[in-house]
Amino acid sequence: MEDRKERAFQDKIDAELKIEPKDWMPEKYRRHLIRQISQHAHSEIIGMQPEGNWITRAPSLRAKMVLIAKVQDEAGHGLYLYSATETLGITRNELITQLQTGKAKYSNIFNYPTLTWADVGAIGWLVDGAAIVNQQSLRRTSYGPYSRAMIRICKEESFHHRQGYEIMSKMALGTTEQQEMAQDALDRWWWPSLMMFGPHDSDSAHTSNAMQWKIKRETNDDLRQVFVDRAVKQAELIGLTIPDSELKWNPKNKNYDFGKIDWNEFWEVVNGNGFCNKERINNHVKAHEEGKWVRDAAIAYTEKNKNGARA
Amino acid sequence: MRDTILFKYVLSLGDDALISAQRLAQWAYKAPFLEEDIALSNISLDLFGRANFLLEYAAELKGENTTADDLAFKRDERKFTNLLMCEHPNGNFADTIVCRFFLDAYDKLFFYTLSKSRDKQLASIAAKAIKETTYHYRHSSNWVIRLGDGTEGSHRKVQEAINNLWTFTGEFFKMTQTDIVMMKKKVGVDRKALKIEWDKTINDVCKEATLRIPENSFMTTGGREGIHTEHLGHLLSDMQYLQRAYPDATW
Ligand SMILES: [Fe+2]
Ligand SMILES: [Fe+2]
Repeated sequence: MEDRKERAFQDKIDAELKIEPKDWMPEKYRRHLIRQISQHAHSEIIGMQPEGNWITRAPSLRAKMVLIAKVQDEAGHGLYLYSATETLGITRNELITQLQTGKAKYSNIFNYPTLTWADVGAIGWLVDGAAIVNQQSLRRTSYGPYSRAMIRICKEESFHHRQGYEIMSKMALGTTEQQEMAQDALDRWWWPSLMMFGPHDSDSAHTSNAMQWKIKRETNDDLRQVFVDRAVKQAELIGLTIPDSELKWNPKNKNYDFGKIDWNEFWEVVNGNGFCNKERINNHVKAHEEGKWVRDAAIAYTEKNKNGARA
Repeated sequence: MRDTILFKYVLSLGDDALISAQRLAQWAYKAPFLEEDIALSNISLDLFGRANFLLEYAAELKGENTTADDLAFKRDERKFTNLLMCEHPNGNFADTIVCRFFLDAYDKLFFYTLSKSRDKQLASIAAKAIKETTYHYRHSSNWVIRLGDGTEGSHRKVQEAINNLWTFTGEFFKMTQTDIVMMKKKVGVDRKALKIEWDKTINDVCKEATLRIPENSFMTTGGREGIHTEHLGHLLSDMQYLQRAYPDATW
């Protein structure tokens, strides 16, 4: 019985049909999706912090508005992805608890600090840039609500990418100090951005099922290569240097070969030993706890005023 | 300069929007829940947009190649003429909500009147502001009611906020020399005349929220003359840091 269901499920996926919340799905598929989509949602939410760090200091009225709108978009993405996760039978509260207790992860990249205004540019250019490569691929993911979320989110991410690159190019072509800030930001954000695609597929625990179920459509390494090829050209255009001495055009493969990623650093940060891990979660917990009385008040008010009845 | 009085008038309105927006922006990622994060940044964005229009207009009136950014990032605190309420620190969520509630109720009336200004540019900025303030007011007044009539704790917090902030409301209706000249020219608003309607709005909402208006009627004023609370300087040093540290850079 279970076998037959599972075969029908796989047939549907092989036929490029979407799986919808009410459809039967293997428990492992459901769990994989909850883990992946919620991790994605948490990344949007925690990602608000490094950029939010610069909202009050953004150096022009326009820059301020663009950055607030971006951080607001990320909140919207988080909301949208939490809803997609909820279709799999878990509540937003449970997901938030998982984040705050460290049971659920978020993208490592947000455990690095934003030290100068150029970091805001670098995040838009590289981090949103990497996210786009990943999310464009996920538009074809097999789970309907996730796929639709990706289609919607991708449009906004390309704005973020363009705006980040605009900040970087202004600085890279600006005063000597601005140029230094821009290069320094690229130096610090480059390798963590490459790590965003996750470990090599040969070392990744989740790849095989995810490919068979078409949750994942392309491998980590393939997506990383797309990103590198794009970014190298963009860096050249504004006179910045990618911090990789082994970076070289490979005429045979028609792409850029690049140096070795420091996976020790990656796993250290994943396991909690990044620069900002504790602070990011503490900030989230603090805002959540400080907001409790507000949420309670809203619930109490709604209860009192149900059906126009007064307590 | 084309018109000093009009410049001062527009600048003070721009400062109200700018300083309010900057305060609200400090909530980023710290709101009680995600939907509220989005709402607060929406309002902050509207106010930055309004500040931008007003400061661009002020810059144009000032001439000498002044830009809106010069006015926002390169003036010292004594040159800022925003209402004191706008610069008040965010405090807890109730403090922010009450602050916005008093200002939104006022802005609704103010911009409605300003939309009839003889100055076309001000009238059109005001017309746009009316739409936004309607939404802002709905947001803040609904929260005042929910918090006031929510739990015991929320009631206490919002009542405390009202008691603490009441002293900054008198300034809303105080006519400066600039206001008087602008009103006579049918460019500006008779702010004094807005008080009856504003009082009524505040009373109605507070009644529904089971909250009391304080009896203490001492009013702290000075914003329009550049006399500020000590909080403004810190807000500005944060906001203006990059422009001040790298005066030759463009961003
Ligand atoms: Fe996003
Ligand atoms: Fe983004």
